[in-house]
Amino acid sequence: MIAPESVVALASKVRLREDRITGRTMLLAPERGLELNASAAAILRALDGSRTVREIAAALAAAHDAPAERIETEAIALLSALAERALVKVAP
Amino acid sequence: MTAPRPYTLVAELTYRCALRCGYCSNPLDWAQRHDALATADWTRVLTEAEALGVMQVTLTGGEPLQRDDQEAIDAHGRPLDLYQTLITTGMPLTRDRLAALRDAGLDAVQLSVQDAEKTRSDRIAGTQSFAHKRDVAAWVRELGLPLTLNVVLHRANLDHVPEIVALAEAWGAERLELANTQYLGWALVNRGSLLPEREQIERARAEAAAARTRLKGRMEVLFVLPDYFTGRPKACMDGWARRFIVVGPNGTALPCHAAHILPLDWWNVREHPLDAIWRDNPGFNAYRGEHWMPEPCRSCDRRTLDFGGCRCQAFALTGDAGRTDPACALAPDHALVASATGGDARTEYRRGAPPPAPPAKGHWPLEPASADPDQVESPDRVKMRAKKPRSRFRQVGNGSRQRG
Repeated sequence: MIAPESVVALASKVRLREDRITGRTMLLAPERGLELNASAAAILRALDGSRTVREIAAALAAAHDAPAERIETEAIALLSALAERALVKVAP
Repeated sequence: MTAPRPYTLVAELTYRCALRCGYCSNPLDWAQRHDALATADWTRVLTEAEALGVMQVTLTGGEPLQRDDQEAIDAHGRPLDLYQTLITTGMPLTRDRLAALRDAGLDAVQLSVQDAEKTRSDRIAGTQSFAHKRDVAAWVRELGLPLTLNVVLHRANLDHVPEIVALAEAWGAERLELANTQYLGWALVNRGSLLPEREQIERARAEAAAARTRLKGRMEVLFVLPDYFTGRPKACMDGWARRFIVVGPNGTALPCHAAHILPLDWWNVREHPLDAIWRDNPGFNAYRGEHWMPEPCRSCDRRTLDFGGCRCQAFALTGDAGRTDPACALAPDHALVASATGGDARTEYRRGAPPPAPPAKGHWPLEPASADPDQVESPDRVKMRAKKPRSRFRQVGNGSRQRG
């Protein structure tokens, strides 16, 4: 369960890289590749293992001049979907 | 025809292997297909693949660790930002070598196991290997690499799915691939003994589904359905020459590891750059897209989902790779699949004299790969169960070679 106070990190098996054909960010894991849209890429690149989801949403809101609540909602939905597939992990 | 961009390079480094599984997907004449590529050839192939758009590299065989240059290959792939997965029997492998591979650039390990306990697993493998695999699994976890356990399912082990799941949990796997045998290569030779009963499939499928639910978020449980029983062909390789490039030990490039059986002209990476092969090799274009499709594929709604199924299976069963995959219930040749039965007492082990060690011909490093007189374990390629894409992102390049 991902909450605004959760501290989330990419699972160790996950790597992000740019797709040289499309320029988009790809999430790579064993036998899996997910093409991320710009906001999903920004959220995942911001995961640093110390800030909470809420803090990250606030930082992205300031950087992109967008409402923090909306980014937080999007981030929780994205991270929950990835947690279900063990592609991110939540700090205890 | 315009070529799509590939996502995954399947590098079959050698067909040599210590295991002798009767469902191996390597060519029946694997022993005549020597390791002709030097280290420098493989590293060039990685560079050319990445330039084409490839992001995932699967290092497989045979047993890729039978060569002693995977460290150099991984070290080349790391700065190219390639996600490198080793598919292995775990033999031969030491903890030190695994650590060296990780440090060189290996990202993930898929370890095969043949059944849930030693006696049965070793019997299926034709080699004492289970105890060593248990050590390898522990090293993979200790060294912080993600571990997938690969199990090829067939008549002799389909009744042990709960025990196999328990083994995967005990060994610390993050993923468990339960892949039903695809009947090509050695598996087709042994179809009469390997083919299970429908009730076995149904029970195993339910057991895998229960495990998937129970282990959600901890271990991913994949169950690859057998096309012989579903009435629907698999989306083989996610479509012919659409996402995957396979390069074999002798340098032949293929759209699928089994495509060497097709009477097409296959180019070699020693003679052609990979982009020319991907774009222009007539074999790659033969079944790319929909131009080749006969009825009932041509007007079928599912043609964009299953791409007409497996060309190699169509060829192996009908002699014509352009026919609808007989696994499809709508195929004119479906009786060839529907009438197949299993239960013969004997499964033949993979056999064949070991090929000589690869040449080192002036390339660096100069050491040739080891010449251990061994062989492979690789069964057939299957399509991994693809999850529905989520709205936020879509899944691409998904597909796996089923390993036993």
